[in-house]
Amino acid sequence: MSVEILSHRLANGLVLVGEPTRSLESAAFTFLLPCGCSYDPAARSGLASLTCEMMLRGAGSRDSRAWVSELENLGVERGESVGTTQATFSGATLRDNLPAALELFADLIRRPLLPADQLEAGRSASLQELRAIDDEPSQKLMIELRRRRYPDPWGRSSHGDEQSLRAITIDDVRKFHSQRYRPNDTIMAVAGNFDWPRLCENVERLFGDWQSREDAVPTSVNGKPPLSHIAFESTQSHVGIAYPSIPYRHPDYFQAWAAVGVLSSGSSSRLFTEVREKRGLCYTVYASLHTQRDRAAVFCYAGTTAERAQETLDVTISELMRLRDGIEAAELDRLKARIKSSLIMQQESSSARSGAIAREWYHLGRARSLDEIGGLIDALTAESINGFLEKNPPQDLLVVTLGPEPLEVPVGVS
Amino acid sequence: MEFHRHTLPNGLDVLAEPNDDAHSASVGFFVRTGSRDETDEVAGVSHFLEHMCFKGTPRRSADDVNREFDEIGAHYNAFTSEECTVYYASVLPEYQEGAIDILADIMRPSLRQEDFDMEKKVILEEIQMYLDQPPFGMDDRIKELHLGKHPLARSVLGTSVSITDLARDQMHTYFASRYSPSNVFVAAAGRVDFPALVEQIAARCNDWQPQSAPRDVPRAAPKPRFEVVHRPSATQQYVLQLSDAPASEDDDRYAAKLLATILGDDSGSRMYWELTDPGLAESASLGHYEYQGLGMFYTWLSCEPEQAEENLRRLAAIYRQAEAAGVTADELKQAKNKVKARVVLSSERPRSRLFNLGGNWLQRHEYRTVADDIDALDRVTTDDIHAVLKRYPLTAYSTITVGPLENVRQAS
Repeated sequence: MSVEILSHRLANGLVLVGEPTRSLESAAFTFLLPCGCSYDPAARSGLASLTCEMMLRGAGSRDSRAWVSELENLGVERGESVGTTQATFSGATLRDNLPAALELFADLIRRPLLPADQLEAGRSASLQELRAIDDEPSQKLMIELRRRRYPDPWGRSSHGDEQSLRAITIDDVRKFHSQRYRPNDTIMAVAGNFDWPRLCENVERLFGDWQSREDAVPTSVNGKPPLSHIAFESTQSHVGIAYPSIPYRHPDYFQAWAAVGVLSSGSSSRLFTEVREKRGLCYTVYASLHTQRDRAAVFCYAGTTAERAQETLDVTISELMRLRDGIEAAELDRLKARIKSSLIMQQESSSARSGAIAREWYHLGRARSLDEIGGLIDALTAESINGFLEKNPPQDLLVVTLGPEPLEVPVGVS
Repeated sequence: MEFHRHTLPNGLDVLAEPNDDAHSASVGFFVRTGSRDETDEVAGVSHFLEHMCFKGTPRRSADDVNREFDEIGAHYNAFTSEECTVYYASVLPEYQEGAIDILADIMRPSLRQEDFDMEKKVILEEIQMYLDQPPFGMDDRIKELHLGKHPLARSVLGTSVSITDLARDQMHTYFASRYSPSNVFVAAAGRVDFPALVEQIAARCNDWQPQSAPRDVPRAAPKPRFEVVHRPSATQQYVLQLSDAPASEDDDRYAAKLLATILGDDSGSRMYWELTDPGLAESASLGHYEYQGLGMFYTWLSCEPEQAEENLRRLAAIYRQAEAAGVTADELKQAKNKVKARVVLSSERPRSRLFNLGGNWLQRHEYRTVADDIDALDRVTTDDIHAVLKRYPLTAYSTITVGPLENVRQAS
């Protein structure tokens, strides 16, 4: 059903991955660059994010207004984000405009102006993003939960902290860009309607003379102390639970993923049924498997009014524990049906595909076709998942709550 | 792509825009009912009813509905707005009939008392959840402030009190009066088999009894007002503004959308350069929302409290400047390129085409292709934009600001 995925490695180490689909009108691209917040130096947390923010303020021969208006005249929908290990820049546009869009992004990534006179504006944007999290209780909780689930720097939030953000200078930003942004370990993925040989030529021309640099070691500061409750003035209480799992490249990854799917994919999944449908305890409840290259964890969330928070926590934990008793074949069949339609529908979006093949390459050093992934899903059985769960039951639960009152965590799970 | 339409004897319309290149099919039941069709006694009933449709029918329990949707791998959901309630599913083509079978069935829900009592708790949680997040319920309040007693000012969620007091029989009466075949239609897009769709719908919906489901479309008498809501626990200060705009039946709605893009798109707009880019606001945007008989320009801004008063003045200056001098040809060209690309990119997904198809039918009983929309955008001139600015002055807005500030001076 799916098309072949092509790849081309530049001499400087940049990898180009492509999935051409003639039936689409659009073409989309994703750059994954090894410049995430795990490289923020001590006392400069938030530097990777502020650098990304500053990169959007003009590049190459264009100041920020000229760069943005050129991009918008090409009809490019763009997005950027900074994660733990990577900065992501992505865009989608009409197929004919892809080459011109890539020219603009080559400038952005390689030749940003990083203007000193706009540092205060960029800093203010970063500070406000940080402040805004304090108004989003569920987001605030999940950031704290992740910080405590993974060892530093892997659990960091890219937003940084106020003191560090205030201390960052334009030299810090320029140094971070010149030392961290590099072609080796950069992945560029393109999906949609484009011509592969022409794309390769273009990318060679735009990125071929970019000098590779030595890898750096992420900086570890200090882990955060354990914490079970964050006092917060809100009507709802927010419950977060995390437990360790296995990363994407682990041979058993899909077993782990399917087990979490039984918990939380679809309205007939266990958490939705037991917490929301049968007991009406909350509107939002979920569990999801979050994966980095070398570590992974399952993160669960539920938001509920304070007086029902204890029951919500208890029921959610008992569902995690019940997973140890195994899943049923019918649950897996439903999950497979949902995954199959997701994979097929993904082909209707060049943006979704460019992001997916870029991440595949990051985790595996190659990108599997949708057919190959479909085959792995087909091979899952209730027995294989139960075998995995027997060896890897949900355990070492970390529970953090946020709201007006702390909750009691059952003995033996935290 | 071709447009197909068939009307059942009881008045139920079936529409489709089949596309053989698509991988999936999206189907939806569109009901012309929402919070604007409610009274105080049943405030929030449209949205609560939307939840109850998933709680089972004479043929299916709530568990059955959830399980069967998942068995066919459907990506499905529903939403309620001020003027419509939409139930939809995206499935692989072989599950077209499976999806129709569940969707058509849940359009005739049992509304069992026990399920009603349980789901009421979920709705109350949903209300609480939104009250804890920006803009802390003020999206409802700004409509009330600007539009007064107009039906479009009614809250979609209702309040904790109205939901707590709502009885199952009141919901049933509302359902019977609004989910009439003449007030519902079915739309489909993507890899759809239309002749089969008509048969599948007819077999399940032919016995729905028609009944008139009128809607009041009173004129609005909006008044610019100003309100400060003190929320000491908030960190950022939030600003919402509402002013009049072209309605869904007005031809100048395209000019209104381009105007909103020029002044208040997330990127590259006047608000972006004057507020977001200099770091004076975390976000600032202007959107155009169209309803039957009434449209709204909606401003949203989030900033540090210390900047709030100055930002109100900056917003006012942006609107005054636009009214006085209009927009430039370059700005219009850039906005068109941006919006047209968005239209084309989003049309690749059958689900987006479904909402476009449904939206046009809901609002205007018309079918529009992607090319029709591109053409309408292309035809907008700077004069059209000036005409919109004249007819719908942006400076005649109501404002609510919510956050840690106790007092905020209005921009003069």
